[in-house]
Amino acid sequence: MNVKKQFKEGLLTQNPVLVQLLGMCSTMAITTSIMNGLGMGVSVIIILTLSNIIISLLRKVIPNEVRIACFIVVIAGFVTCVQLLLKAFLPDIDKSLGVFIPLIVVNCIILGRAEAFASKNSVGASFLDGIFQGLGYTVVLLIMCFFRELFGAGKLLDIQILGDWYTPIGVLTLPVGGFLCLGTLIAVMQWALAKSAKKKEQKENTEKEAA
Amino acid sequence: MSITSLLAISLGAILTNNFIFAQFLGICPFLGVSKKIDTAVGMGAAVTFVMGLASAVCFGINQLLVAAGLEYMQTVAFILVIAALVQFVEMFLKKNVPTLYTALGVYLPLITTNCAVLGVALLNVQNDYNFIQSVVYGITGGLGFLLAIFLFAAVREQLEFADNPKCFDGFPIALITAGLIALAFMGFSGLKVW
Repeated sequence: MNVKKQFKEGLLTQNPVLVQLLGMCSTMAITTSIMNGLGMGVSVIIILTLSNIIISLLRKVIPNEVRIACFIVVIAGFVTCVQLLLKAFLPDIDKSLGVFIPLIVVNCIILGRAEAFASKNSVGASFLDGIFQGLGYTVVLLIMCFFRELFGAGKLLDIQILGDWYTPIGVLTLPVGGFLCLGTLIAVMQWALAKSAKKKEQKENTEKEAA
Repeated sequence: MSITSLLAISLGAILTNNFIFAQFLGICPFLGVSKKIDTAVGMGAAVTFVMGLASAVCFGINQLLVAAGLEYMQTVAFILVIAALVQFVEMFLKKNVPTLYTALGVYLPLITTNCAVLGVALLNVQNDYNFIQSVVYGITGGLGFLLAIFLFAAVREQLEFADNPKCFDGFPIALITAGLIALAFMGFSGLKVW
């Protein structure tokens, strides 16, 4: 079990949103304020980790033909739990996230990790995978929230940060802003990955020459 | 319930509150299967069909759940119904309309995890729509999806030849294009039905 590798994959090289391109709907829809992003991110981490554990435990019991349906039932169960808890204890967040909480059921990150990882790996590894992939998702959400809330409304966590001199770029908080923001973020990620790959290649080349 | 309310729902679902560009539902298939116009239209048609059917069936299921006092089981019940429905449609098409079945291919099972389908079922409950309104909302929402994916696929076919910065290749430039289309769709937001 390689904790460090899994951590790096979840946050950078295999980031669920920026590299695997999963779970785009919620990423673009709810990232208009930091509070929303935090609520959504934490919910997804909890659901992803728990469903990964359960699916990994059941991986030898579930017949292959109906596995997707089984995964969905497990995930839907946890989503309902989280939804009820949010309604009871954090009604404000529940209201502003609205329909996107129950829609975590069809968030491709969770089903994708269940299919690609938890159904093939041990419980411990699946647990870590859930936490790190969930963290990767949350970090991207928070970066998007930061830019969209700061420049779109001049606020952070509902506190006015930028003074009167700043005219908010209102379009950033609209759906358009979500598309543009995520597009740019993925472009930056592709640029960074390409650069690090090039560096590695160069290093190998110089090592070869030296030898 | 009047014709105007149905018209307002349709107009909202197709243009002003488009599922893709205003509500961010169903982005995954929207980005995934929009490389060619043919497949995009096939996907759009299949989604429209399933959304209409799911709205109708989930309306009935919701009545049952409310009667039994089990509203909190909505999410679980709806997703199971939708998964079963998609499977059923797949079997029906395979047997009776094989041409359409082969045309849709792998996209049919993928519809289960399309958030627009579960989304429309949940929104119907949230908005307190009656049976006819639910079905109209489902079908027109699907048509809105079809319109969006068709426009996007048409632009994206040309995008292949565009000379953009290298790091924007593929998804980033597609997302930015989608953003610009969304900007255009915002122009519809003033539309109203009296």
